[in-house]
Amino acid sequence: MNNSQINRLKDKTFNYFGIFCTLIGLVILAFFIGSIFYDGLRRIDWDFLTSLPSRKAEKAGILTAWVGSIWIVIFTFIIVVPLGISAGIYLEEYAKKSRLSSLIEVNISNLAGVPSIIYGLLSLEIFVRLFGMGNSILAGSCTLALLVLPIVIVATREALKAVPHSIRAASYALGASKWQTVWEQVLPASFGGILTGVILAISRAVGETAPLIVIGALLYVPFTPSSPMDEFTVLPIQIFNWISRPQHEFTINAAAAIIILLLITFIMNGVAVYFRNKWQKKINW
Amino acid sequence: MKKEKIIEGLLKLSALVTILTTVGILYVLLSESIAFFREVSIWEFITDKEWTPLFVNKHFGIMPLVAGTLLTTFIAISVALPIGITIAIYLSEYAHKRFKKIVKPLLEILAAVPTVVYGFFALTVVTPFLQSIIPSMSGFNALSAGIVMGIMIIPYVSSLSEDALSAVPKELRNGSYAMGSTRLQTAFKVMVPAASSGIIVSVILAFSRAIGETMIVAIAAGQQPRLTMNPLVPIETITAYIVQVSLGDVQHNSIEYRTIFAAGITLFIFTFILNNIGFYIRKKYREQYE
Repeated sequence: MNNSQINRLKDKTFNYFGIFCTLIGLVILAFFIGSIFYDGLRRIDWDFLTSLPSRKAEKAGILTAWVGSIWIVIFTFIIVVPLGISAGIYLEEYAKKSRLSSLIEVNISNLAGVPSIIYGLLSLEIFVRLFGMGNSILAGSCTLALLVLPIVIVATREALKAVPHSIRAASYALGASKWQTVWEQVLPASFGGILTGVILAISRAVGETAPLIVIGALLYVPFTPSSPMDEFTVLPIQIFNWISRPQHEFTINAAAAIIILLLITFIMNGVAVYFRNKWQKKINW
Repeated sequence: MKKEKIIEGLLKLSALVTILTTVGILYVLLSESIAFFREVSIWEFITDKEWTPLFVNKHFGIMPLVAGTLLTTFIAISVALPIGITIAIYLSEYAHKRFKKIVKPLLEILAAVPTVVYGFFALTVVTPFLQSIIPSMSGFNALSAGIVMGIMIIPYVSSLSEDALSAVPKELRNGSYAMGSTRLQTAFKVMVPAASSGIIVSVILAFSRAIGETMIVAIAAGQQPRLTMNPLVPIETITAYIVQVSLGDVQHNSIEYRTIFAAGITLFIFTFILNNIGFYIRKKYREQYE
């Protein structure tokens, strides 16, 4: 073989190696998910969804866990959406190039890199103790809202950036004020992008475990919460609790609960990707 | 006009919440750590080779936790780095556009799966599998946790590296082809060096992500702080220690309670430095091409 043939052979080989590497992660993930479905699917029935946790694995259910997760998601949503979108609007539409605005920008990208467990430590001192919220749903929601805030802000800014300047100019030309322009024109035009970011942020919040453990979310809650000040558990913590037990029956429970958690996560991510694609097609102004 | 000003003020306030968050994190970590270091000297914290704050014979050396954290992180990076960069090169230099469009979001699923699920994989699938090859391996170990964490961070490396490769001007690639290079030669001799800063950033960010990862190591790596580089025995990471204490019944204002903030600030310093190096390189690299 001459040099050129060797080079071409190497080139081809790398092509296959590339395909292999691209697929291996996905294949492993598919295998994992398959094995979880194999273990857990037969455990999922109506009783599993509507039973309280129990010391007996075959009687235990995930009622308190998914109800807790829904409470957490609702309050996280209520806190993070206005906050994140407002901050995004300020940085993209209002802030002038100043030291403060560049400080905020650097700060947001730094916050996005802070490990989630550190947010748990922050909330343990501030929300749980200083503000006296205790280990309540509200404290948990505040924690997760701060954690996913950078995601919403960045998505909002990207979406606002995609709205062409001519739309704003036209609005001003008709005599609209700055806020009228933002509220009536720019925000509706960027809705799809913002929505995608919000869904991804909430999907991230649903799967978070560590910061909620740090603020004192309970492993065992024998009741469903009825107010935001109640103690709570969430689906990932229930899963963690069952994984930590040595008995095989609890492992099956964990697998079954993971199926539910994965379904929620995948559906949310799928919806987000769908909206993103739809919106990206639309914004070819 | 007045309404406009009020609205602008409210928007600005929302943006300032992010600054407040950072100030809050620094305040909480520093105040509790300072209280901790009044009782334990920084010297002991850095040099003592044992970490046993929950035992009767208390030692407060952070080294075992740092060693555990770095061990799992290095294992994760040695999985994610070669695979992630190969994927990035394959997608940007070899693959069809359509294939890339389908595969990229699929790969990002890897990073979207909740980490508690990965912990379950590591403990119930990967560890038993590895034990069948290495019988001496413990049920809790750094190897399974690290490998699974590596799979999780593949998209961090591949996505950002692929973005960096795509940002390299087309002329460089075409120039290389015009000289008669193969795709492989173009990729490794032209594209990767040209995109090197972006690729380095992706690795740094993946590194930072792995250091802060909690649930996988809390579930699969064990709870035994140990100064070792042996990936087959139980260890404990900084994050797993914080979880362990949070699950227990520790008195507020006690020294045990404060250890989680001392551990937390150590973790924060690591990720802060890494993130800022990444940020700095990215900024410099942007200036190069635009």
